[in-house]
Amino acid sequence: MDTFVQLVVNGLGKGAVFALLALGFVIIFKATEVVNFAHGSLVLFGGYLVVVTRETLGWAGAAVVGVLSAGLLALLVERLLLSRSRLASPFSLALLTIGVDVIITEEIVRRLGVSLPFIGDAWDAQPLQVGGVTMFRTHLVAIVVATVLITLFFLAFRYSNWGIAMRAQAENKEAAALSGVRSWVVTSSAWLVAGLLAGVAVLFIATQDFSGAGLSRGTHSIALAAFPAAIIGGLDSTAGAVVGGLVVGLVDALSTEYVSFAFAKSAVFLVMLVVLVVRPSGLFGTKETTRV
Amino acid sequence: MSDRTDTLDVPVAAPSPKPRRDLGWWIRLALWLALFVVLLALPLYLEAQWLKAGQYMMVGAVGAMGLTLLTGQAGQLSLAHAFFLLAGATSYTVLSGPTGDPELVGFGLDPLLALVGAVAVTAVLGLAFAPVAARLRGIYLGVASLALVFLGLYLGQSAESLTGGTSTGRPPASFELFGFPFSNEGELEILGVPIRETERVWYLFLALVVVAFLLARGAVGGRIGRAWRAVRDNESAAAAMGISVPGVKAGVFAVSSAYAGLAGVMTVLWFDILKPDESEFGTYGINVSIAYLAMIIIGGLGSVSGALVGAVLVNGLPQVLALYSTDLGWFTGTGENAFTPILISSFVYGAAIVLVVLFEPGGLAAIGRRIAGLTRRGKDPT
Repeated sequence: MDTFVQLVVNGLGKGAVFALLALGFVIIFKATEVVNFAHGSLVLFGGYLVVVTRETLGWAGAAVVGVLSAGLLALLVERLLLSRSRLASPFSLALLTIGVDVIITEEIVRRLGVSLPFIGDAWDAQPLQVGGVTMFRTHLVAIVVATVLITLFFLAFRYSNWGIAMRAQAENKEAAALSGVRSWVVTSSAWLVAGLLAGVAVLFIATQDFSGAGLSRGTHSIALAAFPAAIIGGLDSTAGAVVGGLVVGLVDALSTEYVSFAFAKSAVFLVMLVVLVVRPSGLFGTKETTRV
Repeated sequence: MSDRTDTLDVPVAAPSPKPRRDLGWWIRLALWLALFVVLLALPLYLEAQWLKAGQYMMVGAVGAMGLTLLTGQAGQLSLAHAFFLLAGATSYTVLSGPTGDPELVGFGLDPLLALVGAVAVTAVLGLAFAPVAARLRGIYLGVASLALVFLGLYLGQSAESLTGGTSTGRPPASFELFGFPFSNEGELEILGVPIRETERVWYLFLALVVVAFLLARGAVGGRIGRAWRAVRDNESAAAAMGISVPGVKAGVFAVSSAYAGLAGVMTVLWFDILKPDESEFGTYGINVSIAYLAMIIIGGLGSVSGALVGAVLVNGLPQVLALYSTDLGWFTGTGENAFTPILISSFVYGAAIVLVVLFEPGGLAAIGRRIAGLTRRGKDPT
């Protein structure tokens, strides 16, 4: 029973991090209908900036720099590349992000070389004893941080002008533009927010508690699990992203323990396949309709 | 497609226009034949290492043609190509593997049968994915197909009796055609040049590429190609015109994975070892799926000859750079932070994807058409 409790907490901790990543996906998708295949490289970029600046700024300063630079990179990708090709279909833009992802990822992996730094200094490898159950501090902090950030996001999404503009544009781009919503502000802020969330997520992913591996190509692979998270919830559902993230985290933790570590990665994707076969638009996604 | 007949009693059917066999058509045919002759002659001049690089481009060409039919012609984004490559490679190795090994499963089939069997097995696997593919479209399908790569990674590691496991791998049987070995056995000379394993495999791969190319061109130009494009452009409209959308999707998945299976067989013959990956980044990993996607984006989505050029660029560049770098001293570093040929090639094709999407969504094929249009004075270049 203790193991099970521990597993659930681990799963929720991982799930909270995947929820942050998946939420970023969904925000970008809602604003632009583009699926951002470069999300993993945003994660790596944020982490890499932490590694570089940690010596001079200290961990806390470096973490802030990492988060901000991940957001900035996302903003740049949108402003410099995607916004230049307004006529291209979302499908080709998704392909474009694959190209971006390859370049950024390969360069960062080259720079990291054989060093695989852990970057969760403030919480990594400091387990807690809670009534006979050992818990990883990383997961607990991740749950708290993700809860705060996601709550803030939903409040902003619900009540702020930005959130209303965002939802208006997702609903109907032309109508929103006619009502005075500046499309480029919505689009670029969506990318910025998604980048910031990716920057926060990496602080938890490249830790001993979460993955047992430092910042590396493996971090990028782990970030890929945000895909199934977003898809399970439904690509255009923000609440779905959170649910999807938690499902992925739990599936990952439980299958690692009860099946095998190697199986856990595919288990997440298999769950996604099952969900897709039953509900092609995810659990909370809007059903696509076609007009002939 | 043979279950539906075209002999409807409707007299108004317009006669299909005769294929335009103008001067341009003959020039193009002549160019293709010239290219073929050059490729036939190359083994007589090139050294083995360059032939090896060329073989790798041909592996990519077969795989890329399959993907461009699926993603370009039928509009189904797939990131699962690497999985079907692995399936083809494993099937060939298992089917042709020696029987009686206590650790490894083998059926001891003739290599030609094993090759055909491997293509059939991967086609069936592609069909098995059809129920998923039929329910999804676009990006959802792309991400769903990513699941297969992860599944392949897990199966490749755990099914050691088939794949030989990640530590040692498993050698494939070298190819034979009716008793003629594609290895260094036997004496064979053409114009005083000894035709040994590398040269023989070159001709084998060339033959496979030509067959794959002709089949793909035939499919694209024919009725089935029109069905693919109809499904790509508008599923509802395609259905209204009497096309069975799930059937066409399943079919194109089977065709595409058969191509990938053949490319997998070629991959395992090229490496001369079947070795499943240890992580998502490897011979059959996500990076390979992305590389194949890069080939067809650079070549122009849906263009069969574009896929060939894309394969030459994406699969050829690391090989050629590696060969040149030993001569010139570029990118020779192997240690930490080194710019290896593979890394440089990744940069190049990553940038090429971005540039193609930004500036020429039709890829190299569109550029080629425009150049061809320049020479055709007074005619519509489209």
